[in-house]
Amino acid sequence: MSNMTYDSAMEQFDPVFGIEVHVELNTKTKMFCGCANEFGAEPNTQVCPVCLGLPGSMPVVNDKAVESAIRLGLSLGCDIRESSRFARKNYFYPDLAKDYQISQYDEPTCFEGSLDVVLDDGEVFTIGIERAHMEEDAGKNTHVGGTGGIQGASHSLVDYNRGGVPLVEIVTHPIKGAGARTAEVARAYVATIRDIVKALGISDGRMEQGSVRADVNLSLRPKAAPGEDQDVVPFGKRSETKNVNSLRAIERAIHHEAGRQADLLLAGKPVVQETRHWHEDTNSTTPGRSKEEAEDYRYFPEPDLLPVEPSREWVEELRGTLPEHPAKMRARLKEDWNFSDMEMRDAVNADALDLILASVDAGATPQAARKWWMGELARTANDREVSLCDLPVTPGHIAELQSLIDDGKINDKLARQALEGVLAGEGSPAQVVESRGLEVVSDDSALEAAVDEALAAQPDVLAKIQDGKVQAAGAIVGAVMKATRGQADAGRVREIILQRAGVEG
Amino acid sequence: MTDWTRASAAQMIAAMKAGEVTSVELTQAHLDRIADVDGAVHAFLHVNGEEALEVARGVDAAREAGEDLPELAGVPIAVKDILVTQGMPTTAGSKILEGWEPPYDATVTRKLREARMPILGKTNMDEFAMGSSTEHSGYGPTHNPWDLERIPGGSGGGSSASIASWEAPLAIGSDTGGSIRQPASVTGTVGVKPTYGGVSRYGAIALASSLDQLGPCARTVEDAALLHEVMGGHDPMDATSLNEPVPSCVAAAREGREGDLTGVRVGVIKELSGEGYQAGVEQRFNESLEKLKGLGAEIVEVSCPSFEYALAAYYLILPSEASSNLAKFDSVRFGMRVEKGNVERTMGATRAEGFGDEVKRRIILGTYALSAGYYDAYYGSAQKVRTLIQRDFEAAFEKADVLVSPTTPTTPFKIGERIDDPLAMYLNDVATIPANLAGIPGMSLPSGIAPEDGLPTGFQILAPAHEDARMYRIGAALEKALAAEWGGTLSSQAPELEVAK
Repeated sequence: MSNMTYDSAMEQFDPVFGIEVHVELNTKTKMFCGCANEFGAEPNTQVCPVCLGLPGSMPVVNDKAVESAIRLGLSLGCDIRESSRFARKNYFYPDLAKDYQISQYDEPTCFEGSLDVVLDDGEVFTIGIERAHMEEDAGKNTHVGGTGGIQGASHSLVDYNRGGVPLVEIVTHPIKGAGARTAEVARAYVATIRDIVKALGISDGRMEQGSVRADVNLSLRPKAAPGEDQDVVPFGKRSETKNVNSLRAIERAIHHEAGRQADLLLAGKPVVQETRHWHEDTNSTTPGRSKEEAEDYRYFPEPDLLPVEPSREWVEELRGTLPEHPAKMRARLKEDWNFSDMEMRDAVNADALDLILASVDAGATPQAARKWWMGELARTANDREVSLCDLPVTPGHIAELQSLIDDGKINDKLARQALEGVLAGEGSPAQVVESRGLEVVSDDSALEAAVDEALAAQPDVLAKIQDGKVQAAGAIVGAVMKATRGQADAGRVREIILQRAGVEG
Repeated sequence: MTDWTRASAAQMIAAMKAGEVTSVELTQAHLDRIADVDGAVHAFLHVNGEEALEVARGVDAAREAGEDLPELAGVPIAVKDILVTQGMPTTAGSKILEGWEPPYDATVTRKLREARMPILGKTNMDEFAMGSSTEHSGYGPTHNPWDLERIPGGSGGGSSASIASWEAPLAIGSDTGGSIRQPASVTGTVGVKPTYGGVSRYGAIALASSLDQLGPCARTVEDAALLHEVMGGHDPMDATSLNEPVPSCVAAAREGREGDLTGVRVGVIKELSGEGYQAGVEQRFNESLEKLKGLGAEIVEVSCPSFEYALAAYYLILPSEASSNLAKFDSVRFGMRVEKGNVERTMGATRAEGFGDEVKRRIILGTYALSAGYYDAYYGSAQKVRTLIQRDFEAAFEKADVLVSPTTPTTPFKIGERIDDPLAMYLNDVATIPANLAGIPGMSLPSGIAPEDGLPTGFQILAPAHEDARMYRIGAALEKALAAEWGGTLSSQAPELEVAK
């Protein structure tokens, strides 16, 4: 563990960082063959001669993936190359069926863009995008025996279902000038990319399933002397932390690496240029390959594929399909919904914005939608250790629940019970209200009987009310609510009590 | 009784239609011939007798029932072992794939099945098509039917030898730098490399993807045309496949046989003659030129100065692409596996044992040429030469409709003679390689027998891309003029093989 805290590291050094984000596209089929692109199938059931790299097989580009990549590139303000090529990245690894990955190298389809990211306090930071290129994913190794790592494993199993899944890799230019806000900027950048791919509908954007993955590289350089331009100070040696797969982990990985590198530099030791692995459990990184051991990928143009040559007309047509920038959309929604800064930020951080929006579209009020998703449901998701969107509750359910309340059919307390039923898979809120018999008792004769019974049981309270201590009625309301298992309309109960006591409310 | 193995595919088609012979009889005759002579020739790595006869029976039954059949239905064929065939072993001549049965068919295999052609078996080849003699097969060399001590060319020595020894009337070959044309030349048969993209490569085990092209092997130009039209056409599984109609090769060949080449300009490539070319090869080449002139063609000389660098560029591009294409033979998913503790060592040990020397040589060359710091000097420069060669061809085709040269500088050498001299071996392909670098079509047909050694010589015709039909017209015209002199195909001049019985 490092001794140096992030804050003190940032006081003493100027950080420069860069991020590579891999986005798994949600096309129906894989990048170069007709196999289904779906997460979670039985191992090696979504494979064919092409994605298994069998002798003789050849790739064919999935036009839909090209379309997604171009739309993403346009959203990042990139230029779209009139002719771009695929290249082969050669390295031996069992999960790489052909022992080369088809990627783009010197001619990426999308290049030179920029993206504004908005920090929590509203500050806007502009990130330079070097390129966004298409490539195929590799399969997945499972190491059997030992601790699950490759060390000590007795053997490994390979699942090629993921092999050939289309990816877009977005590479930033070196990001300078973020200073102490480096970790925040990094997190906001990845969050914005995630929001963009979701808004484009080209990926589910789910970091926990690996649909959006980030590699974070960071270096520290001395702060410029007073009067000296920071830009003339050369970059330090960088580390690249691989597979940082949550927004929180991005911040933590930067905190950790900044502290680790600052420790080394202050102790007069060199930072080694290397890749490092992120460990979620210990919030730390361990070394992977160093630059000296780095492989020579022997890139060359993929001879089995023709260049990608999108017509200008098509690119412009695609430009017309782009959604609003997520930050802009958020600002608009915040205004429309009349949310406070904190309410908005919490909703974004909880990944609840889409769900709230969909609930509003289904008829709920923004505040009601926010209350349910950020309250009861956020707690449940947390307890169950799943994402909000994985709960068996839909935005439609929330709208329905709220309308039951608004119509006076149920009160808040009953609504919570109804939601419990929905979460337990008992059906829609209306179905749960029906099957559990949760409707508010608004039949006066039933309520009058319950009030009379409660008053008879507590004659001293009746006397107090009649003496003018109207607030004492609360005890009777409570007793009635208890007797009706919460299904009574409390306001009506109060009115009846006051009537019975002969007092005006 | 007629020996049907001596007939052309066109004659077989006619005879089946006339009810003179059945596909089963034709197929059986060739299987018998294979049994008789393949012990000496070793053209086949796998004989597919039972399935071939089953297909033949189906064709005969369909014909009997009056069904419409594809033109070549019932004509047996041999397939180079580079093409994957479901249910039949496919090795590409390599030990690393010994026993592998592909779970799918190549597009061309599928087309042969759809054409209802009985597949006699898989033919021998230099390992992964790397070689010009078939000596680099992991399963032993093929012998030239003209002289069993000599090489049948390569890499497709098996396909051409099977045709020259009457084991098959037709065969599939693949041509990366001459692997169809050079074996055709040294076995006295016909071989065609179509325009790049004219025939789908899907399911052909890749040597150098930007150079590889499948094509027909036959004893006559017309037979090659018949097979070319079955093989060709657009394939959505091959991104480099041309999206255009198959050239009318058969019609062109028939037109050529009319014997009128008036107005056709034939360009003789100056750089493909002289030093290194055997006297008898040049003599037969010049006689063929005279024949063309006699048919009305105009002979012009053209110069392709960049051809000087073709061999060097080829031996950078090919190994580079091959080093990547052959990476997948890593023991993980198919083929040979030599267990050595961990995956890295297992991959290494498998490749060390499974690959032959020539394959290793080229993988090392290619890996080096693509390495950081060397890429521009080697692969990059080679690509520039490729562009220059394309320009040479463009300029030459301004002056001539087709270009011609001897297919190979010499007649076939003896087995073992050049095995330790790769450079001498590579020089065999000096005349055929430029067409692959430029993606244009090329044909080799017999021009005669060299007087000094009695071995066949080949005549190469090159046409501009997409103009494959042009070669068939001129080739068929020349073939007819020569056959009139020889009294039949050149193959019929070959010494009879001793039949093992």
